[in-house]
Amino acid sequence: GAESQKPPPGKWWTPPFDPRFPNQNQTRNCYQNFLDYHRCQKTMKRRGKSAQPCEYYFRVYHSLCPISWVQRWNDQIKEGTFAGKI
Amino acid sequence: TLMIVFLISSLVLYIISLMLTTELTHTSTMDAQEVETVWTILPAVILILIALPSLRILYMMDEITTPTLTLKTMGHQWYWSYEYTDYENLCFDSYMTPPLELDPGELRLLEVDNRVVLPTEMSIRMLISSEDVLHSWTVPSLGVKTDAIPGRLNQATLMTSRPGIYYGQCSEICGA
Repeated sequence: GAESQKPPPGKWWTPPFDPRFPNQNQTRNCYQNFLDYHRCQKTMKRRGKSAQPCEYYFRVYHSLCPISWVQRWNDQIKEGTFAGKI
Repeated sequence: TLMIVFLISSLVLYIISLMLTTELTHTSTMDAQEVETVWTILPAVILILIALPSLRILYMMDEITTPTLTLKTMGHQWYWSYEYTDYENLCFDSYMTPPLELDPGELRLLEVDNRVVLPTEMSIRMLISSEDVLHSWTVPSLGVKTDAIPGRLNQATLMTSRPGIYYGQCSEICGA
C-alpha cells in the first residue's frame, strides 16, 4: 500500500526545524540563511578555503525563500544596494 | 426594536409585581441536599470530559514535526503561484478555470488549470506569502488556512492521510 511507496528516510531533504525560528513567521529564517550563505562565501574566499560548508545555507535559503525575493536580493547585491551586512 | 424593549420590560415588571404581591407562603423547611450535590458535581465532570481532549487537540496543533517537503505559494491578483525548490526550481502558476471553460462534472469556481500535487502521509511545510496585496490560502478539508502577507513568510503544516482532490478558495479580500 502507501507504506511501501514511501522513500527511505534520509533520501528526501528539506530544511529541518530551526529552533531559532519556532513560530509561524519564517521570514527571518529565509533571510538569515541567505545572509549566512553570502557571509560564509565571503569569509571562505577571503581565507582561501573551499566554500563547501556554505552549501547548507544555500540549500536552506533556496528551499525557504520565494524565488522573487532571492532574485531581488541578488540584483541588489549586484548593484550594491543590498541593505543587509555581508 | 424599541417596541420589543418595551414589550419585554413590561412583561418582566408584571411578573415581578405578581411575585411580590401574594398571600401564599411556604413555611416547611426544604431539603434538597442530594439533588443539589448531583447537579453541581455532574456538570463539573462533564466539563472536565470536554476540556481534556480539547486541550490535547490545542497542544497537538503546535506540535513540531520535521517536514519531508517544502512547498511555497505566492498569492497574486488573482492566481496562486507554486514553487517546489527543495531540489530543482519547479514553479508554475495556477489560475481558476473560468466557468465557461469547465468540463461537465467539474466544480464551478474551484477547478484550476494547474493543480498542486503532493505526496500523501508526509508532513509538508507550506510557506505562504504574497506578491501584491493580502490573500489567504486555505484547503478546508485539510484544516489549513493561512494569510498571505507581502513581505512575510507564513508557515503551515499539511498532511493528507489519503489520496484525493482537495479544493480551496482564496480567503481574504484581495481587490476588484
